[in-house]
Amino acid sequence: MTLDILAYAAFFLSMALTYAIICLGLNVQWGMTGLFNVGIAAFVAVGAYTSALLTTPPSPDRFGGFELPIFVGWLGAAVTSGLLSWAVGALTIRLRSDYLAIATFGIAVTVQLCMLNLQPLTGGPFGIGFIPRPFADLQDNALAFSLANFAVMAIVVLALYLALEHLAKSPWGRVLRAIREDEMAAQALGKRPIRFRLQAFTLGGAIMGLAGAAQAHFIGFIAPDNYMPILTFQVWAMLIVGGSGNNRGAIAGAILVWGLWALSAAAVSTFVPAEQQARAASLQIVAIGVGLCLMLLWRPRGLFGEVSPLTRLKSLRAAPSKE
Amino acid sequence: MNPQFIMDGLIAGAIIGLGAVGVTLTYSILRFSNFAHGELLSWGAYLALAVAGALGFLSAGLTKPIAPFSFGWALPISAVIAIGLTGLLALAVDALLFSSFRRRGSAIIIMVMASFGASLALRSLLEFLFTSKPAYFTKALQIAMKLGGGLRATPDQLLMLGVALVAVVTVHLLMTRTDIGRAMRAVSENPALASIAGIDVRRVIRTVWFLGAALACVAGIMSGLLIQIRPYLGHDLLLPLFAAAILGGIGSVPGAMLAGLIIGLCEALAVQAVGAEWRAAVSFVILIAVLLVRPRGLFGKAS
Repeated sequence: MTLDILAYAAFFLSMALTYAIICLGLNVQWGMTGLFNVGIAAFVAVGAYTSALLTTPPSPDRFGGFELPIFVGWLGAAVTSGLLSWAVGALTIRLRSDYLAIATFGIAVTVQLCMLNLQPLTGGPFGIGFIPRPFADLQDNALAFSLANFAVMAIVVLALYLALEHLAKSPWGRVLRAIREDEMAAQALGKRPIRFRLQAFTLGGAIMGLAGAAQAHFIGFIAPDNYMPILTFQVWAMLIVGGSGNNRGAIAGAILVWGLWALSAAAVSTFVPAEQQARAASLQIVAIGVGLCLMLLWRPRGLFGEVSPLTRLKSLRAAPSKE
Repeated sequence: MNPQFIMDGLIAGAIIGLGAVGVTLTYSILRFSNFAHGELLSWGAYLALAVAGALGFLSAGLTKPIAPFSFGWALPISAVIAIGLTGLLALAVDALLFSSFRRRGSAIIIMVMASFGASLALRSLLEFLFTSKPAYFTKALQIAMKLGGGLRATPDQLLMLGVALVAVVTVHLLMTRTDIGRAMRAVSENPALASIAGIDVRRVIRTVWFLGAALACVAGIMSGLLIQIRPYLGHDLLLPLFAAAILGGIGSVPGAMLAGLIIGLCEALAVQAVGAEWRAAVSFVILIAVLLVRPRGLFGKAS
């Protein structure tokens, strides 16, 4: 019994950690750079499908199935999603700030259509199955299998976390923060905001693609339904709750929100009669929407949000003058 | 090729155009792209449905179709009430959410994000209240009339095209010939200067919300009457609305309507030429083309 619970806990945390990876990617775009991406689901989906095509066994009714090693699939996923983000960013980042948001919204709609209609590439509404899972030979032993997969996710998240923390402290990260806080001053120092923003947007998109691949291999099966706009909302809720600009907050927010989501979904399916479940599920989504707005109103920096260096400086300067 | 696509395109385009006028007004005066605008269309349609249902309950005579149309007096009366209610809804959302961001001088992108959260909440609330099952104003079937040149249209469709035309001309006259219209254009040019000149900026903002919501309600009712009412009605139109607002040029009312018609016609053409499953991609292609070639749109001012 306890072993079952342990196996389930490992499964649950692995799933939460795949969201944490998406959240880290979004943090590069929004937290570090202030770029608003409404098409997260699209970048995750592109990663998942790329990796699935590269690693699944050949299939007669669709393109590909190249049976490449899993890590090649992950790499391919990051590259493809990164390229897509670059293309979207190159087109819109130089324009008004919300054109990027509108364009990413369009990408989400279009990728959804492609998943459904490009049957020879994506398998259409039924998606792609038989995606190789890491440690497939351990599958008979549920506990060992879950723990091994959890370890992989934990290592990926930890590695990404350390890399991003390092990046944030590097000269590149400092320029990004400078641009976010005061674009004019950064420009006066000879930094080109558009180029840095585009790099950050591409990096964030690549991380989301990686997350999509990690999730696809963890579940072993993908379909267009996994990448509905609700995914985008969930990840935003995670980052806003955790605190934008803070990588630890992004990870904590992912685990917390995913936990709340899973708990409330379980509560809905136990306590609500079957014919009312769809309605109860829509209330769950209302809660996410309202929660997102309330966080923005009351605690825009999230639970663990970063205090902007300029505000800190201002409050330091303001404090002595009050006396 | 069957010329009927022109009729289908004009109807879809009129719905998109009415919605896009609201988007372009909020964008140029409140200065953010409102992702919750699509939800105003859905709410407008459902509010009209609820009021029409209540009216039909009070007096069965109101549901008797007015020849040659498929609906009774209940619909026009409930449409007027729903327009008011949708306007109030927009004002309430502004008072609860966006006004406090404006007061704090928050970044534009925070408002965009808040509108994103609001759209999610509003849409799922509709799904909760009315379930996701499609609803209809009327179950009556209409026979399409021949208009010549191979075109056919039902009386409902022709009436709705007329309503859309009247609505847009009214808004255009309001913007160009009245004091509040001049005040709106002044605020869109420069809010600080406008308020120094004695313009009540808050009143302008309230007018913009009400006007945008009223047009959205009309578009929602049109879409509900001619197609069907679903909670996702507005969400599925959001991308065409944005594409039309940008193609027409932010701030231009005739531009938004014209761009809406262009997008509707392109969609109908694509349905015939490529297939109905790619319809939703049309506005994305147009959006990308506009951003590449002429980001300020057809009638927009260079920023």
